[in-house]
Amino acid sequence: MNADKILTFAFMDPPFESERTVTFFRLLDAALDKGAGVRVFAYEGAVALAFARQAPHGNAAHGHDVDQEAHPLTRSWIAALQDKARAKGLGFEWINCGLCVDERGVNEAIADCGRGGPADLWRYASTAHNTLTIGTR
Amino acid sequence: MKALQVIDQAFRTTTEEQDDTILWLTLSMRGAGGDLSLLLSGHAAYYAVQRGTQPALTLGDWRQTQPANLTRDLGNLVARDVPVYVVDEDLEERGLQQLPLLDGVRRIARRELADLYDSVDQVWHW
Repeated sequence: MNADKILTFAFMDPPFESERTVTFFRLLDAALDKGAGVRVFAYEGAVALAFARQAPHGNAAHGHDVDQEAHPLTRSWIAALQDKARAKGLGFEWINCGLCVDERGVNEAIADCGRGGPADLWRYASTAHNTLTIGTR
Repeated sequence: MKALQVIDQAFRTTTEEQDDTILWLTLSMRGAGGDLSLLLSGHAAYYAVQRGTQPALTLGDWRQTQPANLTRDLGNLVARDVPVYVVDEDLEERGLQQLPLLDGVRRIARRELADLYDSVDQVWHW
């Protein structure tokens, strides 16, 4: 893929803690809308975004059981973006920082989310049009 | 490709990770051949003048034995030919301007930041 059409993102926030997480996913979605391939390096808490054992729950305060609540899961958002990229013929790569995965015990990632390290971020960034880093605040 | 790492979030998870995660990331990418420079701004300006390790955490009988050593980590970056800058005004605003900088760390004025940013291909603001 032409590097002019690839954007790299490095993200640090975990799921269910910050609105930055939602904004990050909206940016990925918008990049695909614009025909850009996406590469993500998930760093620190962000490695939990792709954790395969995330599970939805019901919500008694809402009066909903599990199905009614349809609780959002970031692993589902990643899968949806993977599907969207495939449908548009675009790349969508995702690498979790391996050490960050180990220390959190979130080793089971959904399909097509790999394990890597800083060298992968540098490889992603140096062959992309640009890189957006979103650090924890 | 040249990238400038900008750190202004100081002491972010330094106790748990036993380092600053962006210093670690920068050193690791340098080891992978990355052409990198580093700018300490905001509260991270303190990194340029502090010495030694972070306080070790003790919880009950558990005692941290390897607390973060940011002085060592910055020194390793300098030794690996990563230019390290600190914003002079950010030192001044924190009463740190008169303290000696770690070896190899260079002061840079805010008015010079645009040129520094222009000198690289990508700016990664953490």
